[in-house]
Amino acid sequence: MTTPRHSALVRITHWLTVLSFFALLVTGLELVISHPRFYWGETGNVNEHPLFTIPIATSRDTIDNGYGSNMPDQNGWSRYLHFESAWLLVLTGLVYAFFSLLNGHFRRDLVPAPGQRAPRAYFERMTKYLRRGPPDPGEADSYNVLQRAAYLGVICVLFPLVIWTGLALSPSFNSAFPFFVDALGGRQSARTIHFFVTWAIVLFFVVHIAMIALSGFWSRTRAMILGRAQEPQERP
Amino acid sequence: MTKISRRKLITAGAAAVAGAAGLTAADKIARRYGVVPPDGCGIYGPGETLTYAAQRLLTRHTLAREFSRSQISEKPFANAIAPANDQFKKLQAGGFADWRLTVDGMVAHPLSLSLSDLRAFPTHSQITEVACEEGWSYIAEWIGTPLSGVLHEAGVLPQARYIVYRSIEAPWWESIDMSDALHPQTFLTMGMNDGDLPVGFGGPLRLRVPRQLGYKSVKFIVRLTATDSMKTFGKGLGSASPEAGYAWFAGI
Repeated sequence: MTTPRHSALVRITHWLTVLSFFALLVTGLELVISHPRFYWGETGNVNEHPLFTIPIATSRDTIDNGYGSNMPDQNGWSRYLHFESAWLLVLTGLVYAFFSLLNGHFRRDLVPAPGQRAPRAYFERMTKYLRRGPPDPGEADSYNVLQRAAYLGVICVLFPLVIWTGLALSPSFNSAFPFFVDALGGRQSARTIHFFVTWAIVLFFVVHIAMIALSGFWSRTRAMILGRAQEPQERP
Repeated sequence: MTKISRRKLITAGAAAVAGAAGLTAADKIARRYGVVPPDGCGIYGPGETLTYAAQRLLTRHTLAREFSRSQISEKPFANAIAPANDQFKKLQAGGFADWRLTVDGMVAHPLSLSLSDLRAFPTHSQITEVACEEGWSYIAEWIGTPLSGVLHEAGVLPQARYIVYRSIEAPWWESIDMSDALHPQTFLTMGMNDGDLPVGFGGPLRLRVPRQLGYKSVKFIVRLTATDSMKTFGKGLGSASPEAGYAWFAGI
């Protein structure tokens, strides 16, 4: 027996987000190695004090951090692909947000249920995870409170923030909407926050994959592709 | 079961057809309104066209952020060394007295201007940030004359769509659309922070395009050409940047 798990909207936008996020991550890391120094405020360059420097070899000789500059310089297509992927991410996010608000997916599946909003609910579910207890009966076709909080955090906080800080790096966008970069404390602050929010999303990704692996990697992945999950739930 | 999958198949098919039709229509509209950039082809074409179209919709007349005098970087980073060619060295030895800026192409009166001719144009200044695509940036005061005044003097024809600008240092050449060319902050820059523009920052003459990244602000400018099409310049992609793998529109 199978039970409905993910709607077509969730499945399609999920995989488009995976695709765009990986393209953004790989190209973003390639761009970082051309100047692996980070600053706070409006300006930052090799003549100014950095907030921190990543101790890795660079792809450009405009910077000397003591590790050489023999990394592959692929900024050209990395920039092209970064922005094309960013469009895919933004458009996918808009479609997802619009229809999720419209069809109740947001309210029904992501916002914690009225009885589940107290800190105690989070604590109890976390305790159950740590004791490796079996999932609640309702979790075959619904998310528990920790999942809801994690997904809401990524969808409503991390992705909007990474898109905002990315846009704040565009001098042309900033000419139309200076508030977006000024509110972050300047261009270099925006770049630094963009970098850290990326790692926060990577952290989510690692935990997400770990949880999927614990609850049955292929059955979970099949559910996100085909939309239906095995019932009763498999245990590893 | 069969009924449901058939309905799903029909829905998916209709969605695919609608998507393909939508893309074709979007491509036609983009071409009609001239928001396909010269390098808007190939696998990155859709992304570049979306970016350029969105920017032109939102930023046609917006001004780059300007800063206060106290925010000028004390130690700006000069990433240029003097061009190694003999022509530049000879001009530098003569204090750039013989530097010439040629203005040609789709103009009523082609010009050849010395630096002192350019200084006779109204002098403006702006305190704006240079942001390199690598990630670093600095703020400086840039002193010069808006490109629009020089183009007006040359009588740029109404059908011109791009201004091509060339450096004395091969292979640097770039182009901008008329929205950027006639923009009040696009300067032919001869001074920086109350002095002459140093060679390390593109002196004696640099085109500042503050709404785009540093690589569009080409140093050591010797020639401006007005044109209605980029097809006959280089590989037809708009500038040396796409030929080297970089986007023509660098506003982001």
